[in-house]
Amino acid sequence: MNTIILIIVIMGAIGIFFGFILAYANKKLAVEMNPLIHVVEDILPKGQCGACGFPGCMAYAEAVVLDKDVSPSLCVPGKKAVAEKVAQITGKKAEEVEPRIASVKCASFMDTAKLKYKYAGVEDCVAATLIQGGPKECPFGCIGLGTCEKECPFDAIKVNEQGMPVVDKTRCTGCGKCVAACPKKVIELLPLDAHVVVRCNSLDKGAVKRKYCPVACIGCGLCVKSCPYGAVKLENNLAVVDSSICKEKCTESVCLAKCPTGAIKDFII
Amino acid sequence: MKEYLLLFASAVLVNNFVLSRFLGLCIFFGVSKNVNAAVGMGMAVTGVMTASSIFAWIAYSLILVPLGLQFLKLVILVLLIASFVQLLEMLIRKYSPALYQMWGIYLLLIATNCIILSVPLINVESNFNFALSTVHAIGAGVGFAIALVLMASLREKLRLADVPKSLEGLGVAFILAGCLALAFFGFSGMITI
Repeated sequence: MNTIILIIVIMGAIGIFFGFILAYANKKLAVEMNPLIHVVEDILPKGQCGACGFPGCMAYAEAVVLDKDVSPSLCVPGKKAVAEKVAQITGKKAEEVEPRIASVKCASFMDTAKLKYKYAGVEDCVAATLIQGGPKECPFGCIGLGTCEKECPFDAIKVNEQGMPVVDKTRCTGCGKCVAACPKKVIELLPLDAHVVVRCNSLDKGAVKRKYCPVACIGCGLCVKSCPYGAVKLENNLAVVDSSICKEKCTESVCLAKCPTGAIKDFII
Repeated sequence: MKEYLLLFASAVLVNNFVLSRFLGLCIFFGVSKNVNAAVGMGMAVTGVMTASSIFAWIAYSLILVPLGLQFLKLVILVLLIASFVQLLEMLIRKYSPALYQMWGIYLLLIATNCIILSVPLINVESNFNFALSTVHAIGAGVGFAIALVLMASLREKLRLADVPKSLEGLGVAFILAGCLALAFFGFSGMITI
């Protein structure tokens, strides 16, 4: 009986002793943080996407308040509104940021695309890529198992029933997490006000592409010839559109009608 | 003097805490991805280990032994180490922000690690006096740091190697740790205490 009481007394005494030391140290050794850091953190969208280059929103808030050289407009998801508020609080000048959103460079749906085999493994694009580069005959196409969907911190990208990821324009913040996650590198970031988009990612020759995909860009060059402003170029058998030229000069996208396979599409998601 | 040197060498090489006692493996794999982090972690572990073993010796022989409560050592040591690390974190954060940047994340990892707890426990069980237990703790820390730095250097080299896909990352790290442990077994039996 005596031992039990002794144990309780000793454990209690030591516990209370350390408790008091820690409580005292917590008060005495409190590190003062700039209160602005919390104000800035409240403004940030808190998707913790890391698009600013810092590990999380708190780290960026700390850096932007304490470091003179850190720009207030690094938060990609926050866009202009956040950049302006952060700039106002930290007394810096917000730079112009062009809002961009993710866009999938592939339109060959799972039911129309030619397949090499039927994939029945883990529901993950990276896993599927390990087996012969994925089930699709096209080595560059979207696999459609939703690795981007799982990665998106803002719930903005969803794989539809045809096995193609669809970006929600109102939700996508352009943080670029899906771009990094995609094993096929089939997602790119486009300016929000781009006019047209080439929905093909394949670098194969036109004849090869035509065999495995009905909607591929076959590199025929009709769009290049039709564009009066020279905004479209052919690179590696693929049409590449310079959207800044479109925005400046183009009023009617003639390239859309010219494309024989319909690989160039209006940029409406 | 000879006794101390032998104990030190034994803790560093012969009875290396990671590679022959297999303690502290979670930090050993977690923080061995690059050499700089490994050096920082090694120093942090050595420091915390030495200090906590000193406190543990004081608490054990001045409080528990006179009261005949030796069987409480495990609970008391856990309590002691956890509070001490917490306090240390606050102190470093206040007085040396640069060190905190380097050690901060590791310190809390250490707080609940088996390797820190094992040193005072072994000290107590071997009936070491104050000086011996301190030397033993420093030796254990240095041994851990050596193992960690060795492993980190190997893993840095390994990044350039062509490892089979199924073994990439942790898989090959475990095999590597096994090879290192085999090498350290070459020391076994050289010093017995």
